[in-house]
Amino acid sequence: MAKGLFTFSGGVHPPHRKHYTEDIKVEPCRVPDIVVIPMQQHIGAPCEPLVKPGDSVKVGQKIGEPKGFVSAPVHSSVSGVVKSIEMYNSPGGGKVLSVIIQNDGSDTRVEPDIPLNIDLLSPAQLKKIVLEAGIVGMGGAAFPTHVKLSPPADKKIDTVILNGAECEPYLTSDYRLMVESPEQIISGLKIIMKILGVSSGIIGIEDNKPKALQSVKAAAAGEQNIKVVSLRTKYPQGAEKQLIYALTKRMVPSGGLPMDIGVVVNNVGTAAAIHKAVDLGEPLYQRIVTVSGSAVKEPKNLLVRIGTTFRDVIDFCGGLVEEPAKVISGGPMMGIAQHTLDVPVVKGTSGILVLTKKEAELPEPSACIRCGRCVEVCPINLMPLQLSNAALKGILEEAEALHAMDCIECGSCSFICPAKRPLVHSIKMVKKEITARRKRSASS
Amino acid sequence: MSMLTVTSAPHIRSKDSVSRIMLDVVLALLPAGIFSVYLYGTRALLTIILGVASAVLTEALIQKLTKKPVTIYDLSAVVTGLLLAYNLPPSAPWWLPVIGSAIAIALVKHVFGGLGNNFMNPALAARAILLAAWPVQMTSWIIPNTESISSATADAVSSATPLAILKGAEGVLPSLKDAIIGNIGGTIGEVSAVALLLGAAYLLYRKVITWHIPAAYITTTFVLVTLLGGRGLETGIYHIFAGGLILGAFYMATDYSSSPITVKGKLIMGIGCGILTAVIRLYGGYPEGVSYSILLMNVAAPLIDKYTMPRVFGEVKQHA
Repeated sequence: MAKGLFTFSGGVHPPHRKHYTEDIKVEPCRVPDIVVIPMQQHIGAPCEPLVKPGDSVKVGQKIGEPKGFVSAPVHSSVSGVVKSIEMYNSPGGGKVLSVIIQNDGSDTRVEPDIPLNIDLLSPAQLKKIVLEAGIVGMGGAAFPTHVKLSPPADKKIDTVILNGAECEPYLTSDYRLMVESPEQIISGLKIIMKILGVSSGIIGIEDNKPKALQSVKAAAAGEQNIKVVSLRTKYPQGAEKQLIYALTKRMVPSGGLPMDIGVVVNNVGTAAAIHKAVDLGEPLYQRIVTVSGSAVKEPKNLLVRIGTTFRDVIDFCGGLVEEPAKVISGGPMMGIAQHTLDVPVVKGTSGILVLTKKEAELPEPSACIRCGRCVEVCPINLMPLQLSNAALKGILEEAEALHAMDCIECGSCSFICPAKRPLVHSIKMVKKEITARRKRSASS
Repeated sequence: MSMLTVTSAPHIRSKDSVSRIMLDVVLALLPAGIFSVYLYGTRALLTIILGVASAVLTEALIQKLTKKPVTIYDLSAVVTGLLLAYNLPPSAPWWLPVIGSAIAIALVKHVFGGLGNNFMNPALAARAILLAAWPVQMTSWIIPNTESISSATADAVSSATPLAILKGAEGVLPSLKDAIIGNIGGTIGEVSAVALLLGAAYLLYRKVITWHIPAAYITTTFVLVTLLGGRGLETGIYHIFAGGLILGAFYMATDYSSSPITVKGKLIMGIGCGILTAVIRLYGGYPEGVSYSILLMNVAAPLIDKYTMPRVFGEVKQHA
């Protein structure tokens, strides 16, 4: 296979560590007795519960109503009885209002409402289905998809990109989807293209996944408007701006959005979810999760019902072989470390990593030696060492002048730093402070 | 279950470390040192050992006294001590490397905040101080006497360096071959261009340094000296191999904390060093100008960084 020519500048080469799960077929995870379904699994406004304790629910029934445009409804992933509605641990950190449901084991589904002739549906009708199915970005950010599919009239979209880069180490959920069910991805992409009225679709896949490239290419054969492109393997190839640049050589303007340059990007998993919503009438109540890391007995790719706790998922994988030092929701480069296993899988959970002490090395930071490696690898061309200095000193103006807000938080700088300095961490913190200050000055 | 560790992403880190980088520099400097010991005998060895020991002890002492964590295991003091010793003549009295390294570590490195905060190359700044304080001891050169290597360096003859000869001092210009291999007078570290280039290749391979500063530096010096030196290409080639240019360009001008970080900045640093070196060597009072060129450009590094900040991805020109 020829090396993918499409790439971006900067970036790092973390160890892939995909061998644990890349050849393991996706299998359904055991549906637990109790699921915990957070009312906020997405970026934007939380949902309001539509059920009360004692209510019975079915699989696929809407149980959370979005409050606001940037939001997405939430559905039950089991059939049973609502036990309680309470604040519960969320993999994003903190606690979130969650509906806790006792599974009755019958798996009774809401009768899917499948349109008779999908080809006759208008873009607006299709978009309504995407919204009602509660679909959000499945790559991890969980941004409500229907919002992405509703660009303002003055933004002319001409290209839809599907992200199949999966550049995070360990994760293979997108990979397995591309290998096993490429037709779902193509079908979803065509729906997205129809909604946006676009005639060019590109699927970008890193060149360390030849089987996925082959399989998706085969499924896209005969589709005149869809290109499958091999990307050079490098982290963060799956970052939206870097992916768009690699595939179209267009640059998302600083502070702008992909739609400013006529592009909408979705994850391959999101496309598959859209396909399921439109063609099968299935709302987003389950997703593929990679369970990996040296501390888990049998690493797997699982189709997990939303609301299944990490503990139940890990139990299904044979439990632990060693005391884990770290449990991560997502990949090791951008994922969030968890303080407990009693935390539910949500729509954005691409992976559960259970790392041993050896894997989850915690290096002690030492003084910056100004080697400049962070500058070399930053895909946004920032100067992370100087930004981090400004951040640690709390000088917000300087951090802003050094383009703190352009940071995509990929973590390449922290990864490469020989002094193990918390570069991206300090930049994330200063970004929060800058945002808070902007809000304050806007409201005063 | 025991406590889970919760830290901010990323959760995996590269294998690179500060001590590994410094170890690479030490390894890269070894061939030149070994060659020098072969050439000048135990005297060179003693100077190197004293230079390194003094640097490490000074660092440990300062950190103990200021109640800071002792970081001598990061090997950065070893590198400074080595470079200081490499900048001394083989005939240096024993106390010269001791005082030199102490100055480099105490005055140039730790007064300004320690590793990563020195605005000048510590070894070079210390060398400049030594040169001002003990000019005689710092500029007594000996020509290696390869025939009497067994009887050590007592027989070695005092002489001017090739660059001084090129500039009009008395003496016989050594052959170009001797200049390249290192059979000439000079400081401990600079004599063998071959040994230094071997180490430089290793540093480039290990990505400890990039080509920008050394390539820009050497090319600029070579072009200017060839054009303005009077003897054409021959002068140019002697100027590359006979003095401290290779040691300076690959090992000193590339010092992380006292050189620019941006690619453009590195090229400017190299070109600036090249111009200054050529000017000092051709028109200045000294036959050699590498140290002062690098020190002057060190001082300019923060400014260079400020004006060569890379354009941020997707940044659009501001229209007022």
